Amino acid sequence: MTHNEWARRVVKPAVFLACLIPFAQLVYGAFLGDLGANPVETITNTTGIWTLRLVVTTVAITPARWLTKWNVLIRFRRMLGLFAFFYGSMHFLTYFVLDQSLQFGGLWEDVMKRPYITMGFTAFVLLIPLALTSTQASIRWLGGRRWNLLHRLVYITAMCAVVHYWWKVKVDTTYPMYYALTVATLLGVRVWRAVAKRQTIAASRHPAQVVSSAGLHARDLP
Amino acid sequence: MLIKKSPDIRESEVTPRDVYVRRREFLKVAGSTALAVTAAGAIGGVLTGSTDADAQNPNAQKLTNLKKSPFSTNEKLNSYKDATTYNNFYEFGLDKGDPARYAGSLRPRPWSVVVEGQCAKPGTYNVEDIMKWFPLEERIYRLRCVEAWSMVIPWIGFPLSDFIKRFEPSSKATYVKFTTLLDMKQMPGQTEPVLRWPYVEGLRMDEAMHPLALLAVGLYGEVLPNQNGAPIRLIVPWKYGFKGIKSIVRVSFVEQQPLNTWQQTIPREYGFFANVNPDVDHPRWTQKTERRLGELFRRKTLPFNGYADQVASLYSGMDLRKFY
Repeated sequence: MTHNEWARRVVKPAVFLACLIPFAQLVYGAFLGDLGANPVETITNTTGIWTLRLVVTTVAITPARWLTKWNVLIRFRRMLGLFAFFYGSMHFLTYFVLDQSLQFGGLWEDVMKRPYITMGFTAFVLLIPLALTSTQASIRWLGGRRWNLLHRLVYITAMCAVVHYWWKVKVDTTYPMYYALTVATLLGVRVWRAVAKRQTIAASRHPAQVVSSAGLHARDLP
Repeated sequence: MLIKKSPDIRESEVTPRDVYVRRREFLKVAGSTALAVTAAGAIGGVLTGSTDADAQNPNAQKLTNLKKSPFSTNEKLNSYKDATTYNNFYEFGLDKGDPARYAGSLRPRPWSVVVEGQCAKPGTYNVEDIMKWFPLEERIYRLRCVEAWSMVIPWIGFPLSDFIKRFEPSSKATYVKFTTLLDMKQMPGQTEPVLRWPYVEGLRMDEAMHPLALLAVGLYGEVLPNQNGAPIRLIVPWKYGFKGIKSIVRVSFVEQQPLNTWQQTIPREYGFFANVNPDVDHPRWTQKTERRLGELFRRKTLPFNGYADQVASLYSGMDLRKFY
């Protein structure tokens, strides 16, 4: 098997199954009545933290490619992003159905009144267009440039999700801080690279470079 | 002071254990189903056999000859497991499961309580003796946490007022201050500076003398498990749970309002009074509703946690938005 075949046939299914483990644990726990004294809280917290972890992992793919030169990593980005959306949806629905009893009024009041809900809700809503345009056809329809621009919304999701977590914690912000530092690093390297690239282009004043970077396939863009 | 009695509850009205255990099984199924719907996945199959979720600790000392109390609610009890595995007791860690996991390092016997301050009979007393001073009674109270969850727990204890009267506090004693044990070896969570240790709580004297205020030494017919604040703790059912200070080693009659730990930590979010109040939200989340553990949907929170008839008069004329 070639590298690509190995990634597609073995690693990718393995990552897919691994992403399902937290969900499987919840279902299993619910069956056994083993989700603790407050199962709804367990479901909310588990789906919430896995959404954040998967968003962070998705955002980490591109910097990881730069660092390792393993372009094969790009093959996992869409799947990880969709799993982030999957857990985010469960997180939101648990809150909306079980905490708000499907009342849009209560949801709206919470979104407007409580900053941590505002952040969490924003993070989730911005994932929706990304999930909807995750197909190859959407990339063709939008064009690589626009698709790429749209999918930068995930940076806002990552930031909002971290703030959401930080503002929810009662006293100990150690873990939210770790996530905040990770997201800041992942977004920071992008800024740093963009600035460096612009300087290189400005310095060389060579129009051919601009053309060549625009000619990349959309999937390969950060 | 006029004390209105809550409706009496006859022994026959208390839900038999097997009924509420079955109800919990139903809720487990309901919970599973909701999760499956949420995930757009189908859950079929047979529910596994009943777990022994409501078993008590066979090694714990049992407390018997308990008086029944007219103040008990007739609502369905939460399970022993709920009450003893879902705890906020930061002295053993921040996770709700940490106290049950780590409170084994606490040594609740022998235990002495220092009584001091503005009173005629200060002193140091052994908790075993204190428990013999008063007839023990069972009180089934609602417990409402500031985090918007609640339980119904059968506590065992005696009125705080009876305890206080013994020491003949003077007219200068306008507040009662309570202090938890400070011992990093027994309470490893105290090595973390999340709160300023030891934990401190307080009540105004009229609150402390209210017949609903309880010093608890047990629950579900046995002595308090360590994670629930062994060997002696405060229960003030019309206030948020954090007022119910655990593992008390010091009771002080004081002139000034004590600075309780949570108020000291985040004064914008936690006050001295901490009366359950659906109209005053926590700055970050709503207090209008709560999740009773074991229930799927949230229920409405009642003013003073449903004890308004008995305690609202303590606060007449006070702006409870200001004194939250």
